[in-house]
Parts: sequence; C-alpha cells; structure tokens
Amino acid sequence: MRILTAFFIGAVFGLGISISGMANPAKVLNFFDVAGTWDPSLAFVMGGALITTAIGYRFVLPRPRPIFDNDFLLPTARQLDGKLIGGAAVFGIGWGIAGFCPGGALPAIGTGNPSVLIFVAAVIGGILAARALMRFNAPSAPSQA
Amino acid sequence: METEFTPLASTFGGILIGSSAVLLMLFLGRIMGATGVLAGLLSPASRDDFIWRAAVVAGMITGPLILLGVTGSFPAVQVPVSTPMLIAGGFIVGLGVTFGSGCTSGHGVCGMARLSPRSIAATLTFMITCGATVFLIRHVFGA
Repeated sequence: MRILTAFFIGAVFGLGISISGMANPAKVLNFFDVAGTWDPSLAFVMGGALITTAIGYRFVLPRPRPIFDNDFLLPTARQLDGKLIGGAAVFGIGWGIAGFCPGGALPAIGTGNPSVLIFVAAVIGGILAARALMRFNAPSAPSQA
Repeated sequence: METEFTPLASTFGGILIGSSAVLLMLFLGRIMGATGVLAGLLSPASRDDFIWRAAVVAGMITGPLILLGVTGSFPAVQVPVSTPMLIAGGFIVGLGVTFGSGCTSGHGVCGMARLSPRSIAATLTFMITCGATVFLIRHVFGA
C-alpha cells in the first residue's frame, strides 16, 4: 500500500508538472526573461502550489503521525549560512543556463526527450561531485539531501 | 523562443504539485522535494527508503504519459539551449542543490509553505541568480 501510494503521489506531481509547463525549459526561461519574451505562467504554478501546500500542511502537520510512518521528517536546521545561500545561488545559475530544474526534469523523462536524459545525468554528476567535495572538506560531516 | 501565457493550466498544474506535496506529508511524512527524493535514491538509508523514493520517481515519470492518454499529446519540452549548456547547467544545478539542500519544489514550495526562513532565503536567492543568469546570457552576451 505504501509503495502504491508513493507511486500515485509521484504521478500527481508529474501530471502537475506536465500540465503547468514546468517541464518546458523554453517556458521556464521566459518567466525569467522579463526584458525579452516574458511569460509570467511560472508565477501561477508557484502560487497554486504554494497556497495548496500551505493550506494542506496546516491540516496534516498537527496530526500525531503520518499514515504510513512514525514521524514527520522535517528539516531541523534553522540558521542561514553560506552553504545554504551559496548553494542556492549556484543552483539558480545552473537553472538559468539549462532551463530545467530537478522537479521539472524528472517527470519530463517520461516524454523520452533525449535532452532531459542528458540534463538529469549531468545533475546526478553534480550531486556526486558536490558530495565528494563535502567529504574532502569535512571528512566527518554527515551527508544530507 | 516565444511561449504562450497559460494562467489557467499553470495554476491547475500548481495545485496538483501542491496536492502531491500535501499527500506525501500526510502518508509518508516526507518533504516533496525533487532534489531530496533523487539524492536519497543515490544513497538510500535502507532498502525500504530506496523503494518509496523509486516509486515516487516512477510515478513522476508516468505524469507525461497520463497527459498523453487524456489529451493525446505529451507536454511540450522545448530546449532553447545547446547540449554543452544543458550539461554545464545540469552539473551546476547538481552542485547547487546539494550544497543548498533543495530546489524549487523542496525550498520554493514545501519550505516556503512552512514559512521556513532557510527556504525563503534560498528561494529568493535562486530566483535572483536565475533571473540574472538569463539576463546575462540573453541580453548581455546575446546567445
């Protein structure tokens, strides 16, 4: 049941990405190109997703536990540090170069478009490289997602 | 490359994305972040951990196929950048989301919805650097 539910939830996400236009780099890049071929659609994706999640979480998080697990696994870090801001800044640069973000690209694999596979492979390469860098800098630090 | 402004479809798609985030929290107690799901798949904590992540990703990949079944066409995937840019961009995205602990879905949707100060700061940061990068590439270097 847990696996089937996870699959269904992934499908809802993938369908949402597909309908919203987030799987389309041309559309995503146009959101950021205010000075050129601007397409404000992405703001509606983010708005719809954010409001839905904010309302839903208000009902879900006060529950004692999730249906198929013992605890809600929420990030506990609170401080704003250079790693967070620097990482986010670097992510934005890569997003601006390629036009895909991970959430847009994973569902887009289903279209069979070879560009998507190239991008996802490069992302995995970047994740593994970042982990190697982290291990090199701080051999005892735990890895995170 | 011009794209059509689609406020209704984009809002509806956004509501589905948000619904999946709420459902994942309700049933599995996890943040619906593409980075987190993918990164965990690369180094799962246990067999059970691997299986739910693989199921979510498999579900995600069926999204375009469901759309194909309902409307008769895949979602548009227009890539206005060269393959070297796609590879460089992807690699940089992988570095950034690992150090930054999340991407558009994890920070921009789930974290912002929880009013997490880290996610709000991260989202503002990557939106600004993404916009600046697009401006530089398209209007300064003229690619």
